[in-house]
Amino acid sequence: MVSHGAAELSRTGALAHRRDQPVLTIEPPKGRASINWGELWVYRELLYFLTWRDVKVRYKQTALGATWAILQPVMTMIVFTVFFGKLAGLEGRTGDVPYPIYVFTGLLPWTFFANAITNSSNSVLSSINLITKVYFPRLIIPLSAVGVSLVDFGVSCVVLLGMMVLYKTAVTAQLLLLPLFLVGTVLCAAGIGSLLSAMIVAYRDFRYVVPFLIQIWMYVTPVIYPSSIVPERWRWVFSLNPMAGLIDGYRAALLGTPLQWGPIGLSLAMSAAVFFAGVYYYRSVERKFADII
Amino acid sequence: MSAAPPLPVERPAPVDTDPGPPAISVSGVSKQYRIGGREEAYRTFREALGDLVSAPLKRLRNGKQEAPTFLALKDVSFEVPAGQKVGIIGRNGAGKSTLLKVLTRITEPTTGKIQIRGRVASLLEVGTGFHPELTGRENIFLNGAVLGMTQAEIRSRFDEIVAFAEVERFIDTPVKRYSSGMYLRLAFAVAAHLEPEILIIDEVLAVGDMQFQKKCLGKMQSLGQTGRTILFVSHNMSAVTSLCDRAILLDQGRIVADGRPEAVVGQYLSSSLGSAATASWDDSEDAPGVNGFKLLSVSVRTRGGEPTAVFSVEDELKVEIVYRTTLPEIRFRVNALLSTQGTCAFVCVEPTEMVRGEPGVYASTVTIPGNLLAEGEYILGLSVFASRGKKDHLCRVEEVLSFQTYDPVTGSSARGDYTEGMLGVVRPKCEWRLERRQ
Repeated sequence: MVSHGAAELSRTGALAHRRDQPVLTIEPPKGRASINWGELWVYRELLYFLTWRDVKVRYKQTALGATWAILQPVMTMIVFTVFFGKLAGLEGRTGDVPYPIYVFTGLLPWTFFANAITNSSNSVLSSINLITKVYFPRLIIPLSAVGVSLVDFGVSCVVLLGMMVLYKTAVTAQLLLLPLFLVGTVLCAAGIGSLLSAMIVAYRDFRYVVPFLIQIWMYVTPVIYPSSIVPERWRWVFSLNPMAGLIDGYRAALLGTPLQWGPIGLSLAMSAAVFFAGVYYYRSVERKFADII
Repeated sequence: MSAAPPLPVERPAPVDTDPGPPAISVSGVSKQYRIGGREEAYRTFREALGDLVSAPLKRLRNGKQEAPTFLALKDVSFEVPAGQKVGIIGRNGAGKSTLLKVLTRITEPTTGKIQIRGRVASLLEVGTGFHPELTGRENIFLNGAVLGMTQAEIRSRFDEIVAFAEVERFIDTPVKRYSSGMYLRLAFAVAAHLEPEILIIDEVLAVGDMQFQKKCLGKMQSLGQTGRTILFVSHNMSAVTSLCDRAILLDQGRIVADGRPEAVVGQYLSSSLGSAATASWDDSEDAPGVNGFKLLSVSVRTRGGEPTAVFSVEDELKVEIVYRTTLPEIRFRVNALLSTQGTCAFVCVEPTEMVRGEPGVYASTVTIPGNLLAEGEYILGLSVFASRGKKDHLCRVEEVLSFQTYDPVTGSSARGDYTEGMLGVVRPKCEWRLERRQ
């Protein structure tokens, strides 16, 4: 025994090390789906890399690169200004804010939201090779798709800055609230995106629902028109749409229009609710992804 | 072919004291898939809505109906002590891949429990997450992140990875312009440098050229020597016997053998090919042969006369050819052809054309010495003819039966303690002598 002392010691040292290692237990799923936030945090670099990959690939493959992120909202703004602002006469309903910048401040977050849910709803199906080959928290996939749209949003904000200078928009202290509305939009987009992506895995015909959904959703959101055209007693119903209050919030932050905390608060709460509903649904379907796809 | 330094084959002596908690412990794991049933397969929302209405009606009419299920794994239990290298073998569909998918958390088990101690890296397919548009450098970071490495870890091993993959010059080229060999090397390099405590590998060696396979095997061997636990699924029996300390044989989702790799590999080969040890024909018109010759049976046997289809490369084997002659006084010779790897390895010719006098049943047996055949599958062909004086063709069958040879890598075969790939359709044990001349 004595002669083996040294070896024994180093071996028990190694054993102690091994005993300290976290034990991963794999068991059949039971009960309701839960979200392992800690694990998501551990995998944050993967989220970053998947986002980075998609941004990089997109800008590598397209001729116009980042210009796309700018062109889309700018063109839409011009068309909306001519048709809805001038011809339909919405110009007079936006108070003292010029219609082009009014519509643009709504279009930017809307474009971000619409692109985010389009990208993330298709994200799971297009990541089959990852899902069936390697483990990581599956929520990363729709989240990284939202991340890609967020980068585009950042790029197109440059145009917004230019327009704000052009129209000599006064910056108010409300600008500090911008991150709050951004977080709300990200939560809402992530919730809807993961919900749709999981539904598309389970029911493939949901793919055709997404563009239609986005179109309808835009019309019930104050992108082209101010929410003041909605009668006061219906405003709360209107604000159940999380994007309605959020876009009013963006305008208040960027253009200094009056903040109406009631509808905005309701929309923020709805964003959080949509987020949790979406990711929990996603988690409950997620365990079957590798078997269904 | 340039030879890499030979790898030692000695295995760690079994430790009889408490080996500590196992690295992997699998208890009673089953995995059920629904087949045919619509439940698990994707479907359309319209159908789902339709089912909501029609399913209760159907149930009323037919009683409760279960979707047909399929158990890919049935009550699988085993433990892997830390540092052990385990080969998992079995036919396609035996449940090997499902087991790995459950172990790597790609899919969840239906019942049972698995406990894993230590960081796991899985390599179920090289290049998972590679994007063709990105450069080699970008893909290293991306793939590393997919496999669970942090950016700092990847950065610290970046040069090593690039050197292993031998892609230094092309590191900033999009991988879509890589040759398939470069692509594979890079992908394997990232995974091999993950440095996990537990490495799970599925058939990586099925791809790539010889050189690449050797490199992968070498890397896995060196990972194994640093005390890593390796779980290795392969169809390459030589790789399993040379790399692993233990093999587990799966058949129809169950563990049917678990033990030393040579024994388990032997059992696998004989169970899957046992029926090929003998080929026989009813003594009828269908039997091959003309002009008074009818083939009755051909078999491969051990030295002791037992029919078997699996031989160690060191063992002698006998080929027994039994036939009936229906004419008196016919003269011919029997030839056996052994082919492997798509080419004829050699021919065994009966040394003289003998006359079979009385019509009756005869048996010609040829003995093939041990330490002659290479590892792999041999196909036995037969031709019976006369070429002296009156020329005659009596029988010709190109593929009568096949058998397997394996190298137990005990050190006494022709490969000695060399464990990597060896070319050639035969592998005679030739004598080497080393002497000092000056």
